[in-house]
Amino acid sequence: MEIAENINALFGRTTEQISNAPRSLDILPIGAQARVTGVTGSGAIARRLLEMGVVPGAPVRVIKAAPLGDPIEVRVRGYHLALRRTEAKTISVTSD
Amino acid sequence: MSSVLESPSLDSQNADAKHAPARPLVIALAGNPNAGKTTLFNSLTGLRQKVANYPGVTVERKEGSWTIASDLRSARLIDLPGLYSLDAASMDERIARDVLTGNIPNLPAPDAIVAVVDATNLERNLYLVTQLLEYGRPLVIALTMVDLALKRGLEIDANELAESLCVPVIPVTAQQRVGLDDLSKAVLRVIGRKAEGARWRLSDCTECELMALMSGGGDSIDRQTALRTLYADELPQDDGLREAIESARERLAHINVNWWQEPLIARYDWIEQISSRAVKKHAAPRLSTTERIDRILTHKFFGPLILIAVMLLVFQTIFSWANLPMDLVDKGFGRLGEAVGSLLAPGLFRDLLVDGIIAGVGGVLVFLPQILLLFFFIAILEDTGYMARAAFLMDRLMRGVGLHGKAFMPLLSSFACAIPGIMATRTIENPKDRLATIMIAPFMSCSARLPVYTLMIAAFFSGRKFFGFLSVGALMIMAMYLLGIMVAIGVAWVLKRTILKAPTPPLVLELPPYRVPNFLTISQMMISRAWLFLKRAGTVIMAISIILWALATFPRPPQANVVNNDAAVAQATKAGEESETDAGVKTAPGLAGQSGEQLSQSYAGRAGHLIEPVIRPLGFDWKMGVALISSFAARETLVSTLSVIYNVGKDRDSSSDSLVNAVREAKREDGSPAWTPLVALSMMVFFVLAMQCMSTVAVVRRETNSWRWPLFMIAYMTVLAYIASFITYQGGRLLGFN
Ligand SMILES: Nc1nc2c(ncn2[C@@H]2O[C@H](COP(=O)(O)OP(=O)(O)OP(=O)(O)O)[C@@H](O)[C@H]2O)c(=O)[nH]1
Ligand SMILES: [Mg+2]
Repeated sequence: MEIAENINALFGRTTEQISNAPRSLDILPIGAQARVTGVTGSGAIARRLLEMGVVPGAPVRVIKAAPLGDPIEVRVRGYHLALRRTEAKTISVTSD
Repeated sequence: MSSVLESPSLDSQNADAKHAPARPLVIALAGNPNAGKTTLFNSLTGLRQKVANYPGVTVERKEGSWTIASDLRSARLIDLPGLYSLDAASMDERIARDVLTGNIPNLPAPDAIVAVVDATNLERNLYLVTQLLEYGRPLVIALTMVDLALKRGLEIDANELAESLCVPVIPVTAQQRVGLDDLSKAVLRVIGRKAEGARWRLSDCTECELMALMSGGGDSIDRQTALRTLYADELPQDDGLREAIESARERLAHINVNWWQEPLIARYDWIEQISSRAVKKHAAPRLSTTERIDRILTHKFFGPLILIAVMLLVFQTIFSWANLPMDLVDKGFGRLGEAVGSLLAPGLFRDLLVDGIIAGVGGVLVFLPQILLLFFFIAILEDTGYMARAAFLMDRLMRGVGLHGKAFMPLLSSFACAIPGIMATRTIENPKDRLATIMIAPFMSCSARLPVYTLMIAAFFSGRKFFGFLSVGALMIMAMYLLGIMVAIGVAWVLKRTILKAPTPPLVLELPPYRVPNFLTISQMMISRAWLFLKRAGTVIMAISIILWALATFPRPPQANVVNNDAAVAQATKAGEESETDAGVKTAPGLAGQSGEQLSQSYAGRAGHLIEPVIRPLGFDWKMGVALISSFAARETLVSTLSVIYNVGKDRDSSSDSLVNAVREAKREDGSPAWTPLVALSMMVFFVLAMQCMSTVAVVRRETNSWRWPLFMIAYMTVLAYIASFITYQGGRLLGFN
């Protein structure tokens, strides 16, 4: 956890520089706070994500990754959600 | 009562139903998973529930009667599985939706829906509510978890919420029975009144398209129907309408590629407006208790260690805690057998009762304590929220074999029983992933195998300990469980690359907050499980015991009839040559020898002899063959059959471990022991892998809607079991065991 935060601080500047460009949720570092800008894809999973409140404008926070690095745990609308990185990739976010 | 009559009835059908005493009111509980539906259900019905099984649909839904007003009548209250939306993705959601929309035969559409809304998760819970509003059935909101929300600094204004949604909102605390009266009054008030509908709007272009659809064509449709058809998965049958929809979609897609997301996003926009008015946020602790617990339980390093420790603990306690009650049950049946034996005159009837029924059923009932403990642990793991964490920790490994993280939970509950496990696969969206999970679920060692493992271990591996506290028995059991898991992984790997080839399934899984388990729910579940088990022991196992006793007793040799009727029959089911030693005291040696012969000549004996050449390479003799055949009906019958064959009901002077001793002392024709540790191990391996449960076969048939899969399941599992057992026994012999 701490290490992740340190790494964050180290790369803080780079993060800021590209903060306005939309990125996907899966590359956010642990502990990062961001806002959803959209969900790509058209299958059942995109629908499920939207139904569960991962819609444009919703704040998300990356809480942690599972022991083998995948899936990740995010916090959205006050609850916790586990997602694989492949699913997280379909969620675009901007840091704010 | 008066308020009911005053309420304006827009829905004439419901208004009629209200006055017709013939049909009680139907009320459904709907809500997100974990919102507190079952807790509310239990409080409202006071546990007066029955498991309703709706024909035609593969559902067991809980239904209870709710005394909705003391002077009026009771309503049928239906508890449903949790769902996030009415656009159902998985099978259990589809079932819940069908009940809500009245698409289930023999169940009328609910007269009112109680939407259970978790106050700590207001926005996501309101999504389902907006859909229910659109659907238009009379609706009341029961707001649960208000206490938890307050702890998190969320204060919810129920009046404000009710005003925005135009439906009654009743805060309830089901466990303390707070708000239940208000809830029944509100339900009675809304019956016959349509909900007003959600007032969210789409973009101008989309609204224009909707208007066009509503007015276009011959018969006009309302906004709701237009909206539903425009965004539905399937296109309508009607040619004119289909064309209109197709071209509308094309235009919408031109403006926005993700056109289909618009209503979903619009609903959340509306919800956000409502919640910003109805929710006051106070300062809350930075880290919730759940997050603090998860720092350890899903920790990169400690998480998996704790998962292993938890599983070890479960097996160890099942094995050691259950001993005392098991002894009591065993002794009780021993006494009962003695008492009945001494009360009745010797004869066929006494033998049927003592050797057949009491020995057979008692042999299985002994395992009730263990099974209850297993269900107790599974219920605790589920109720606390740890099960979802286990799925989170295990997902990467599950994905390695092409399975869904969500498959972890059905597989875990298959350790209790494959049937609820297979039914739990309904949460998996993709049919191929679901099938793959169903096909491997029976490899999880279910509670019906425990009696077999326990008997084998008690007879041949008991008493030793590792590190002073881990018994060899517990480790052996764990090894059997692991064997099942390993084979399941292998089979899943093969299936997912051959007949069930599909891309790796996605995972979107809520990690619910940790909760102190509700012991009422848990004890309720244990009671219903115990009841099922007892019913099975009283019906299937009893029937098999009687049939087996008869098959082992008849045909009776003519000589015995003449010489000494009773003695011959009493010996008839004695274990083969073994009876020569201890029966010799009571009867003439010649006769005892003949009664060993008698079992061998009986129908059961002939069947056992028939398959003996096939099972001999596994280390089994013909008597085990008899038990093996009967165990294909249900696994635990192995124990009852052995009880009947070795005739423990007769063993008056033995200790409580009568069957254990009988197994230890059983001999083959050549006088060598029938069972050795290696034979016992081979038997356990066979039981880990073989498909020996007719109820599971029936459920797989029901869930897959074809005979192909259950037959395939029986075939490949039994072949695997044979091979593994063969390798165990022959390999063991090569290594010098016998
Ligand atoms: N603090 C608190 N806990 C509650 C309340 N209502 C229910 N619970 C707890 O929430 C947990 C889940 O409740 P259930 O009734 O099983 O939820 P459910 O909606 O039936 O869940 P699914 O059947 O899985 O969809 C249980 O541990 C309950 O004890 C409440 O008002 N306050
Ligand atoms: Mg429930």
